[in-house]
Amino acid sequence: MKSMAELEAIRQRTLQRINLRREDESENIRVVIGMATCGIAAGARPVMMAFMDEINKRSLSHVTVSQTGCIGMCRLEPMVDVYLPGKEKVTYVHMTPEKVGRVVAEHIVNGRPVTEYTIGAAEDK
Amino acid sequence: MRDLSLHILDLAENSVRAKAKLVTIGVGVDEKKKITLTIEDDGCGMDAELLQRVMSPFGTTRTTRKVGLGIPLMAQNARLTGGDIDVKSQVGVGTVFTATLYGDSIDCLPLGDLPGTVVSLVTANPEGPDFLLKCSSPKGEMSFDTREVRQALGDVPLNEPEIAAWMLEAIREELEPIFGGVIL
Repeated sequence: MKSMAELEAIRQRTLQRINLRREDESENIRVVIGMATCGIAAGARPVMMAFMDEINKRSLSHVTVSQTGCIGMCRLEPMVDVYLPGKEKVTYVHMTPEKVGRVVAEHIVNGRPVTEYTIGAAEDK
Repeated sequence: MRDLSLHILDLAENSVRAKAKLVTIGVGVDEKKKITLTIEDDGCGMDAELLQRVMSPFGTTRTTRKVGLGIPLMAQNARLTGGDIDVKSQVGVGTVFTATLYGDSIDCLPLGDLPGTVVSLVTANPEGPDFLLKCSSPKGEMSFDTREVRQALGDVPLNEPEIAAWMLEAIREELEPIFGGVIL
């Protein structure tokens, strides 16, 4: 098994990051993924794992990932809401692990939503 | 659902919503490739009437709409292989969900990414419940208990990306000798 000592080292590192986050809550970004039966069946889990992986790789300490239930647009799942501080939420639809990289790089890191993946673009089609 | 691990994720979310403190996920494969999935929780439980209702696609505890497909979809996939499901529940005590599938049936879904299922459950529900994964096959058995991780971490929440990555690795490492690289 991966050692618990390793976990202790991660704990130390993470603790510092969390403290940074607490100091400046106004900078926090939230990623919320639809994880009801419809979302899971459509592939929400790999999308969530891709977000975790990307956030971990980039050491983005101010981003948290969480889940929500079914909001009634099952045909657009997997859906992801991104909340940037002081901005309106952006809803991405038909998400895939491949799309996650761009959403993280362009929207979460640089603040520019990936318009072509959003619900607005999907509804216009 | 494309694989059994996604069914497990979906059904374990029911336990989360039932306010369970501990959800035990069991995956057992015997020499004849009979697969037994169990999801056991100490949540609020269901009375006989509700239990009857959730077995139907038109039964749910949701108030927003009239369908709930989690259990019926699992039942369908179990029955396709010649297996079945069983749900036992007691109000105030908890629920035990069991699905039996026959792995030698062509209609049996692959097991899928169990580590991903456990880690996404933890990530989505960092405050709890805790999850205990128990797997066994003729090659051996393993268990992974998020209570141990929680204890080791103290005040650090379980949904930190680096911790999720560690848990994924830890579970994968232990599962591989039991189920092999790609499962069934």
